[in-house]
Amino acid sequence: MTEPVLSIRDLTVEIPTRHGLFKPVQNVTYDIRPGEIRGVVGESGAGKSMTGNAVIGLLDDPARIASGEIWLKGRRIDNLGVEEQRAIRGGEIGMIFQDPLTSLNPLFTIGEQLVETIQLHLKVSGKEAKERALALLDRVSIPDPKTRFDQYPHQFSGGMRQRVVIALALCSEPSVIVADEPTTALDVSIQAQVLDLIKELARETQVGVILVTHDMGVIADTTEQVTVMYNGQVVENGSTDQVLSAPKHEYTKSLIAAVPRPQVKLHRFPQVSYGGRETTFKIEDLARNWAKTEPSKSGKLLEVEGITKKFLEKSAILPSWRTYFTAVDEVTFDIKDGEVFGLVGESGSGKSTVARMIGTLLDVDGGRIRFDGEEVTAMTPAQIAGYRRQIQMIFQDPFSSLNPRMKVESIVAEPLRHHKLLPVDQISGRVQELLDRVGLTRAAAAKYPHEFSGGQRQRISIARALATQPRFLICDEPTSALDVSIQAQILNILKDLQEHLGLTMLFISHDLPVVRQMCDRVGVMKQGQLIEVQETETLFADPRQDYTKKLLELMPRLAQLSG
Amino acid sequence: MTDRPIVAPEVVPSRMRRALDSDLFYAFKRSPVAIVSAVVAAILILSAVFAPLIAPTNPFDPSSLNLMNGFTPPMAPNAFTGDTFLLGTDDQGRDVFSTILYGMRISLFVGFAAVLFAVVLGIFLGLLAGYFGGWADSFIMRAADVQLTFPSILVAMLIFGIAKGITPVENRDQMAIWVLILAIGLSDWVQFARVVRGATLVEKGKDYVSAARLIGRRPYAIMLRHILPNILSPVLVIATISLALAIIAEATLSFLGVGAPATQPSLGTLIRVGQGFLFSGEWWILFFPACTLLALALSVNMLGDWLRDALNPRLK
Amino acid sequence: MLPFILKRVFQSLLVLIITGAIAFSMFTFVGDPIDNMLGQERTMEDVERLRAQLGLDQPIPVQYVKFLGEAVQGNFGVSYRQGREVSEIIKERAPATLELAALSAVFAIVVGIALGVFTAIRRDGFVANFIMSSSLIGVSLPTFLIGILLIYLFSVELGWLPSFGRGEVVRVGWWSTGFLTETGLKALILPSITLGLYQMTLIMRLVRSEMLEVLRQDYIRFARARGLSERVINFRHALKNTMVPVITVIGLQLGAIIAFAIITETVFQWPGLGLLFINAIQFVDIPVMAAYLMMISVMFVVINLLVDILYAFIDPRLRVSAK
Repeated sequence: MTEPVLSIRDLTVEIPTRHGLFKPVQNVTYDIRPGEIRGVVGESGAGKSMTGNAVIGLLDDPARIASGEIWLKGRRIDNLGVEEQRAIRGGEIGMIFQDPLTSLNPLFTIGEQLVETIQLHLKVSGKEAKERALALLDRVSIPDPKTRFDQYPHQFSGGMRQRVVIALALCSEPSVIVADEPTTALDVSIQAQVLDLIKELARETQVGVILVTHDMGVIADTTEQVTVMYNGQVVENGSTDQVLSAPKHEYTKSLIAAVPRPQVKLHRFPQVSYGGRETTFKIEDLARNWAKTEPSKSGKLLEVEGITKKFLEKSAILPSWRTYFTAVDEVTFDIKDGEVFGLVGESGSGKSTVARMIGTLLDVDGGRIRFDGEEVTAMTPAQIAGYRRQIQMIFQDPFSSLNPRMKVESIVAEPLRHHKLLPVDQISGRVQELLDRVGLTRAAAAKYPHEFSGGQRQRISIARALATQPRFLICDEPTSALDVSIQAQILNILKDLQEHLGLTMLFISHDLPVVRQMCDRVGVMKQGQLIEVQETETLFADPRQDYTKKLLELMPRLAQLSG
Repeated sequence: MTDRPIVAPEVVPSRMRRALDSDLFYAFKRSPVAIVSAVVAAILILSAVFAPLIAPTNPFDPSSLNLMNGFTPPMAPNAFTGDTFLLGTDDQGRDVFSTILYGMRISLFVGFAAVLFAVVLGIFLGLLAGYFGGWADSFIMRAADVQLTFPSILVAMLIFGIAKGITPVENRDQMAIWVLILAIGLSDWVQFARVVRGATLVEKGKDYVSAARLIGRRPYAIMLRHILPNILSPVLVIATISLALAIIAEATLSFLGVGAPATQPSLGTLIRVGQGFLFSGEWWILFFPACTLLALALSVNMLGDWLRDALNPRLK
Repeated sequence: MLPFILKRVFQSLLVLIITGAIAFSMFTFVGDPIDNMLGQERTMEDVERLRAQLGLDQPIPVQYVKFLGEAVQGNFGVSYRQGREVSEIIKERAPATLELAALSAVFAIVVGIALGVFTAIRRDGFVANFIMSSSLIGVSLPTFLIGILLIYLFSVELGWLPSFGRGEVVRVGWWSTGFLTETGLKALILPSITLGLYQMTLIMRLVRSEMLEVLRQDYIRFARARGLSERVINFRHALKNTMVPVITVIGLQLGAIIAFAIITETVFQWPGLGLLFINAIQFVDIPVMAAYLMMISVMFVVINLLVDILYAFIDPRLRVSAK
């Protein structure tokens, strides 16, 4: 085995806060060998990014290295002076950040930023620096480097920008690259290309890569070694194959178990039981109080017929000068009583716009929506109010979907009060009941949203959505902002709701394994159009469209995963 | 960011307890600058409010004035009457300490009223523009742009000049204070409207607003109940700094002779009067009102400056 | 970029038309010009004749267009108070104000940006903190007090510099300048510091906060991760990004300097436009007020337009469209 190029030994990072000393990284130890990609995986708050920042000497004040050592090629680097650390930064160690949109200075051309970095580290002439820059752009597969050289960051797409960022990290021919969630902000297809590029570079240039990610799929597809972190500590270190197929630590086991499987449909999501996270939850009780609704007349609760949405792209005084962007283009589908209908697609495919049109949050520019036979698009305001009571929505971002200035009690009670569904003196009791059912304590009602974690907030959202006893629930990426263990809990709640209350659901996601577990039928969207609708099992087994096939191929296989 | 279960104590803290435990109060307790400026501002404001109780004389009651007391230096007995005044007297024998207390009343009243006017108008128009967008937004924001092209002091002067032209001569003095409030308030609404509009646009895009719309809440309910509470911190910061600016603007206008009339002198009017005596040696007539004005503006400004840093989470 | 500039030109015209309307309505609704021009003893015929002569019998829009036409030619009528052509008075007073404003602007911009950058880079340094604290006193001290203070110190106590007026001026064509004589230059020092100090503190505080904001951005973090030196990061990457928003505000501040000259000119009895305006307000001299308003708005519009062009020059996002 080759010598490690970078070694982290017993690293502890501390942050002094008002409530005492907080240690986001505790006694972390791992190595990176030349040409090796080491994944560092864990849920949010596990301390994985903080370790990367410590390596590159970019801890934000007031965080500091409390103890431990970092060795680079046999030289200790954690205790160096500012100037020496700077020389290593960008020289021996390169860095790739998560968001390519904000990593590049918008006022300088790509070429200027590359040449500047090359000249700093390699001390070559301007002409040679430019040649090297062009070669690098070519190396990271940017087409037409000569033209691209003189362009500004805003002229590049997200994936192309991330390639530029990688080129910048390679400028000084580093021996280690720290990549912090390098593909999280990108679409699946782009994500695969960028990861392939990183793999290729590691193999060819023998650069060691620390790949920080929360995504087990990325770990399985890209890395050779993996470090699992939990709560600031390393719980498991080892080769990717071994850790994924035969995890030793309980946390790793539960983490892997919670990853949705693309191959088979399970009745429930396995939940992470590590750290006492499971909360009790009693949907069955809720079903007893649930007002029974008549099944829809036609058997189809929701019918969407050729709906279209155009957004103004460029405004102008004359209507004929305006240009529009068609976000949703004549989409037609229907959802049967008690069915879970999935909509999948990459970002910008228009799936959320469809959800918002059905939720009357956006006006429809063409086509019809019918709910239980009634045409929503032709309703009077009074009828719309009745319709809205029967549909509810769960949003993606648990941090923005609850009003931070309202107590949980008021948030959950708002629909009840607005629709005057209950006498005033019964509202508080119903709120308690709803919170109880989604697994929150009674004290939660008197608190504000910021006192809760992401998963708990999503439970509050569900409680709010259930308050009006809706027939139809729209879930717009309900778990994509959550850690995988929390995701399993929330998805199980939704499954139970569907099962016990007979709710009909529109489930929107970009995550195919999740869709396979959740949905009865699935529609695939691409650039505003619905290109394929199939029974879930048929779609996964036998996709008709090339685009669907491509999406399925890009899905992480996780072949090594145990059970 | 962390997804660890929060151990929930079953006791719900009271509102007061929450306020005392808040990060803002914590930051306040640890900032000597904030405490000192809050104390200074509080003393000044309270002494202006209770001026009739504190002031040794009522400077605007002609019967209490003795022209013989004119130009008495601070803390020294008058050559003719033997009366002593803490901060001396002006040319007409008025006690400078008393005129400052009464002058501060006018300055603070105009300042608070003008800012209140600007805040209410700015929030109203900003919410409207941000929430509804479309032509209402274009119209309000173009108006704001046009007004922003002109410095507020000029706008205030212009409004003052026009109002002066419209009001009959005999009412001018009575109207002057209200015209001042209107002029300063109108010249100041733009920044509130812009900040409120910007914040409204951000909040409107958040899903809690979508959730409220989905429930069926009316636009005004969403604006007042959901959006407004979430955008108050920047408004509070600007309002504090605006108060200092309004006090300065009032003093400036009065100093230029286009503000508070001689019958209701504000700090600015006092400084205008005092300027005439500075070069002949009666420095105290200008010096003490000027110091009061500076202390007032500085303490409010420092409080606003601290508040902005404390409420801006990115600076932490 | 061209549509952007065209849009701005359109907006500027809008501003001018609106200020024109305000100026015009001052004439029409504030005080009756007939009252101002005719004495107490007048007959109905006199009133009618003058009304027709001034065009006041025509519909309001027609009057407005006529007013704009006259205004474009610089014709604002006769000052109620001085009885002279307003355009003539303005021509006579303008050089004093423009020279004062230009000098203050240079002082405010140069010192303001330099101190702003310094306090942002040395964020926690002692000197930077000292400058920041004093700047709060700067924004809390009204301009007129600064003026009085400076006069007291340098004119009354020390006797170094004059306390009022422009000193000796040299006429160059119709322009009169104070830059060419010793007394003229001396007379400029105190007023321009007075006028520039407040703007200087504002610019400094703005540059500091914008720069701190920029320094928090991801691309600065990434620049640091690439190993660039602090000097290159501060003065190449951060400074250029800081200037984008700062330039707009500086444009507005330049306008403000001309308006704030009113205060400084009053304190220093400086024979410029500001003093003219403040006297006009006190005596409700509508033609002078209207002319001043129009002139100031033309200046502001021109400055803002130049700023916008400069803005587009710095920010490539306005110059080249995305692919």
